[in-house]
Amino acid sequence: MEILVILVPLALSLGLAGLVAFLWSLRSGQYDDLDGAAWRAIADDEPPPEPQADLAQAKR
Amino acid sequence: MQVTRDYSHYVKEAGPGLQHIDLAVEGVHCAGCMAKIERGLSAMPDVTLARVNLTNRRVALEWKEGTLDPSRFIDRLAELGYKAYPFETASAEATEVEESRFLLRCLGVAAFATMNVMMLSIPVWSGNVSDMLPEQRDFFHWLSALIALPAAAYAGQPFFRSAWRALSNKTTNMDVPISIGVILALGMSVVETFHHAEHAYFDAAIMLLTFLLVGRFLDQNMRRRTRAVAGNLAALKAETAAKFVGPGEISQVPVAAIHPGDIVLLRPGERCAVDGTVIEGRSEIDQSLITGETLYVTAEQGTPVYAGSMNVSGTLRVRVSAASEATLLAEITRLLDNALQARSRYMRLADRASRLYAPVVHAAALLTILGWVFWGASWHDAIVTGVAVLIITCPCALGLAIPTVQTIASGAMFRNGVLLNSGDAIERLAEADHVIFDKTGTLTLPDLEVVNASGIPADVFKLAGQLALSSHHPVAAAVAQAAGARSPIVGAVEEAGQGVRATVDGVEIRLGRPSFCGAEQLVGHAELDPEASVVAFSRGAERFVISVRQGLRPDAQAVIAALQARKIGVEILSGDREAAVTAAAHALGVPEWRAGVTPADKIARIEALKARGMKVLMVGDGMNDAPSLAAAHVSMSPISAAHLSQATADLVFLGKPLAPVVAAIDFSRKALHLMRQNLWLAIGYNFLAVPIAISGIVTPLIAAAAMSGSSILVMLNALRARNAAGRV
Repeated sequence: MEILVILVPLALSLGLAGLVAFLWSLRSGQYDDLDGAAWRAIADDEPPPEPQADLAQAKR
Repeated sequence: MQVTRDYSHYVKEAGPGLQHIDLAVEGVHCAGCMAKIERGLSAMPDVTLARVNLTNRRVALEWKEGTLDPSRFIDRLAELGYKAYPFETASAEATEVEESRFLLRCLGVAAFATMNVMMLSIPVWSGNVSDMLPEQRDFFHWLSALIALPAAAYAGQPFFRSAWRALSNKTTNMDVPISIGVILALGMSVVETFHHAEHAYFDAAIMLLTFLLVGRFLDQNMRRRTRAVAGNLAALKAETAAKFVGPGEISQVPVAAIHPGDIVLLRPGERCAVDGTVIEGRSEIDQSLITGETLYVTAEQGTPVYAGSMNVSGTLRVRVSAASEATLLAEITRLLDNALQARSRYMRLADRASRLYAPVVHAAALLTILGWVFWGASWHDAIVTGVAVLIITCPCALGLAIPTVQTIASGAMFRNGVLLNSGDAIERLAEADHVIFDKTGTLTLPDLEVVNASGIPADVFKLAGQLALSSHHPVAAAVAQAAGARSPIVGAVEEAGQGVRATVDGVEIRLGRPSFCGAEQLVGHAELDPEASVVAFSRGAERFVISVRQGLRPDAQAVIAALQARKIGVEILSGDREAAVTAAAHALGVPEWRAGVTPADKIARIEALKARGMKVLMVGDGMNDAPSLAAAHVSMSPISAAHLSQATADLVFLGKPLAPVVAAIDFSRKALHLMRQNLWLAIGYNFLAVPIAISGIVTPLIAAAAMSGSSILVMLNALRARNAAGRV
């Protein structure tokens, strides 16, 4: 039963870590736009450079 | 004359050298729109933040101070294909957001505490029937206390505060038995742990808080969503006015930045956003949104105009007056205040249930204690059993019974184009058994439509439509839309108050007043609808008459029939003329109608129906309907309604069809049915659980299982609110 000395603090600190993570995510506004967040996950990162801009630069 | 747009009213400081504005954007639906807007705005130089919130359809923008004019963003969004309006957070909405974050924090704390306490409780439950040492059990109980006590102290705040408020007002609400139950359960558990007892109820108390917070959060979330939509609507209604900032210079400013004494310009086709008096100019104004009267009123120097009236023909200069000076509005506001006071007396189902519930439960607990003492048990055992009764009857399922149904039902109504303005609208709408419709703008569409398009040669009609594009007149707009015209005629000239003319292929064409086109004779002969407005069109020597009127909503007749099929009485109360109202009533098959009624008459009629025990649903859009919307048992407005009416109505429906009225009634009836069913389920659970608790054989395991079982049952039952018939 000596294992409890390790397991109980471990379990409690994991629980606390979860709570802290949740409170942090709440504070940083991650629950403000639940609909948008669902889409942002699958959105492309950066727009591809526009071809006209490339051409103009190449000409210069 | 130079026109500038001034949005500085909406700009806020956002840190050193940064400025911030919130825009409400129409037509954002998907990830594509979101990415397009964010990229389009971020590409502008000096913009430091452009972030779309898809949930409440808004864009937050930040930029370096002094580099950009906010109107540039609105133009940029227009180029991208979105209509945007500056948005100001109403204080009610800001509190709502703050409240919702607090609830979510409480819910997070309670949920994590529940999980950890459960992790400690399960070994104790299994250890009690196997080989756990009493020292280990005590150790686990103390650990549970360490987690549960601070968590409950934090997460229980919403309940403790509300209970305290109720008690200090000498009333009671659902939070009183909740708070007493939780505090007693925790206190008793600490005492029991101190005495090395076998059972402690830390898990039950904290789990109860978690479930109840879920219900609270759902309820709150629904209100917040509605408020966000309502806030956007207020912004989308473009509350701006053209204010004179110099003798020949006007600036388009938000109404909030206009003060009594300012002079504003009102151009043809514009809706007036302020109350005031005409000081210069002559025009016809459409006051149907205010009085329900569809005939145009002539406005000249000295005529009072009210916010919501549409300027039809000429340009007017208006001196802004304080709201109280305008007698019609003051009257409406007074009636509205009275009616709203009466309405706040409505008692919600949940409150009625809790008023019955708390005394019964507390009496049961007390009787249990006295009974056990009477039968020879020790005071300690008797009190433990009494507290167990309180724990097991704590209104967990009862607290979830109503918010879950409301959340699901309001979501379903939202998808059917109905927005809820007030929390108890569903309960009140479900009871409605008599519907009063306003005519203008409610049964009819707010926009005009051409009646006799089929009687005019197609090419002529098309040409008329193209010419109409050059005019601001609402009738011209209707002609242009009916003709599907896209490209205006080059060189068309508008003559104020008369019409538009242009020359095409050497032939002069004119659209406007019959006298302007030389078509008085034709109009005199034609047999026309009394409600219709008439415009004439001439091409060379040819003359045509185009008749325009407010059309009925496409499904109005079907909706009336559907209401009657549900045994709901229907009548029309309108401020419009007798002939127009009678015609509409006949066309729709409405047996009862009254024309030319004033706001006070409307309220009197509603009171008369109330006295007969009827629950009236008022559906109206005009400013003259606002007091009756507040006086009725429950009320609905179309999205095109006047501000005041929309803010007063319990529900708002979107789009052209009238069908959302029937859908809303069906959904709310179903929802009320399910709420009642859920309350009975919760009470039924108590009937089963209370005898067990009184007999003193409740263990924490039984309490936890019973509590979560009943809560889940109630939540699953609530899901059924999604499917109501809702067919017209």
